[in-house]
Amino acid sequence: MANKVFHVMYDDDQKLLDAAKALVAQGIRVKDVFSPFPVHGLDPVIGVKRTRLAIASFMYATTGTLLATLGTWYFMVSDWDWNIGGKPNFTWIENAPAFVPVMFEFSVFCGAHGMAITYLLRNGTLPGMPASNPDPRTTDDKFVMEIVTEQNESMSASDIEAKIRATDVYELSIKDY
Amino acid sequence: MIKEASIRQPLILGHKTYHDITNDIVSPIEGKAPKQWKIAITIAAIIALYGIGNIMYLVANGIGSWGLNKTVGWAWDITNFVWWVGIGHAGTLISAVLLLFRQRWRMAINRSAEAMTIFAVIMAALFPVFHMGRVWLAYWTLPLPNQFGSLWPNFNSALMWDVFAISTYFSVSLVFWYIGLIPDFATIRDRMVKPRWKKFYSILSFGWSGRAKHWTRFEEVSLVLAGIATPLVFSVHSIVSMDFATSVIPGWHATIFPPYFVSGAIFSGFAMVLTLLLIMRKTMRLEAYIHMKHIEYMNIVIIVTGSIVGVAYLTELFISWYSGVEYESYAFINRFSGPYSWSYWMMMTCNVISPQLFWFKKIRTSLVATFILSIVVNIGMWFERFVIIVTSIHRDYTPGAWGEFHPSTIDIGMFIGTIGIFFTLFLLFARYFPVLALNELKTILKVSGESYKKEDNKKH
Repeated sequence: MANKVFHVMYDDDQKLLDAAKALVAQGIRVKDVFSPFPVHGLDPVIGVKRTRLAIASFMYATTGTLLATLGTWYFMVSDWDWNIGGKPNFTWIENAPAFVPVMFEFSVFCGAHGMAITYLLRNGTLPGMPASNPDPRTTDDKFVMEIVTEQNESMSASDIEAKIRATDVYELSIKDY
Repeated sequence: MIKEASIRQPLILGHKTYHDITNDIVSPIEGKAPKQWKIAITIAAIIALYGIGNIMYLVANGIGSWGLNKTVGWAWDITNFVWWVGIGHAGTLISAVLLLFRQRWRMAINRSAEAMTIFAVIMAALFPVFHMGRVWLAYWTLPLPNQFGSLWPNFNSALMWDVFAISTYFSVSLVFWYIGLIPDFATIRDRMVKPRWKKFYSILSFGWSGRAKHWTRFEEVSLVLAGIATPLVFSVHSIVSMDFATSVIPGWHATIFPPYFVSGAIFSGFAMVLTLLLIMRKTMRLEAYIHMKHIEYMNIVIIVTGSIVGVAYLTELFISWYSGVEYESYAFINRFSGPYSWSYWMMMTCNVISPQLFWFKKIRTSLVATFILSIVVNIGMWFERFVIIVTSIHRDYTPGAWGEFHPSTIDIGMFIGTIGIFFTLFLLFARYFPVLALNELKTILKVSGESYKKEDNKKH
């Protein structure tokens, strides 16, 4: 039997959310959802885990702080110790207040860009990538739920279809792949 | 679903569906360029070219072609720099701070405000970069290994902090703006019929498909970026103010500068956002999304920040007398009664008196009054920087070195030119980019849309 993919389209976010809840309650696994905007409350229903991007950002920012600390120490104290108007420059710590702005800015720089790059890579959204939404209307006002038979082997395709049809469907397309 | 109080005014007027939002924002991009836009961009581009010509003359002939002299060694260049950076503060403030405070009204204005921020910061950066004289050596501001031995930039210098602050601010704002644009580009891509434009938006949209996991990440990234961009906004103008505050010039050497500059920046930034949005909503028919409530909210921000600026002016004046330092008090007496007193009183009128008019609801909710006052505030904020910079240095400690500053045609040409470049970029943005965060707007339609709210009220 060929694997089948169901693209179930809804014309409203609430209808999609209700349908997702109903289908999941009946033991159907939803592979993915394509929507024009984030549908709040959907993630726990279809089993999308919380992202760890914030943690990544914190680690990038910490790296930035460390690099800036190391850099200011090397440029200003170790490699060539500057004497500006006799101000204490021969130790990093005595001069640290003057380095705070650069350390702060560099931490933000690393945290923000590191996270943004990670985000784009993890999404696979990069310049020139092809779009993978099943219907162009999903970036406008339609919501598509993707269900594949491969992930729902306990049920027959016709069984899944019947359950899908019981929800408030706008359009349904079934394809072999 | 989250419900909003019924007495709160709707943010999206009329009966809109998700599809209407897409249509309203994308159809101006799909259609032919209107005649007004062509006329506007032609004028802007001519002014921009004039500015570029002036910059080329400056690079060829050196900084001596500005009106600077040995007493006033910093004048229009730094004035324009601070003015543009200040304008560039509203965008990230709107998208970051208002996001953290969950202000839904930001969604109608954040996209264009961020675009304005980015273009304004580019304009700002032109001034210090070209002030270096040999601009091709601008990379010397970075700590790069070089053939001169142990030669590094001075990290104790406020000017060096500025290099880091402005480049971080610019690049982070750009990324923040672009990450928000990706889903909206995808919407345009999926609607475009003409193959070339489809390809264009397809490249810009990075293959965005709106998957559930991607949206989760999108919201997380927006929130975290907002969280780190908020202290960034405050730090950038604080550091700009330290260019002056860390010096020992009477009139500059003041601890009040960072908060005073930050509120001044937000003040002028919101004024510029208002100037641009009032034109944009009219010409692009966005009245349903940017309406009186949004304008009123922005005017309230202007009252608050304008009042902070006013208090700072008076505090400065008081402290200069109270300090008992005669150089310090003379700097201020000279400001309001010296040869540049006209600019001081111009600043006082535009920045302290005019925003107070917004206490009247009639003025605050009038489009014409808001438009005029927003321009007045921008003029006032330019004079604020001019007053701080030029009046503090034109009368040196030794009267023999006293002088005055007169801008040369290159000074004027470069300043006007940056306004031309700014408007050229902004007009290109308004034509080819989604001017409202349309997919974000869809998330508030059911909560703050007028027809949805009415239906909701009937039920209760």
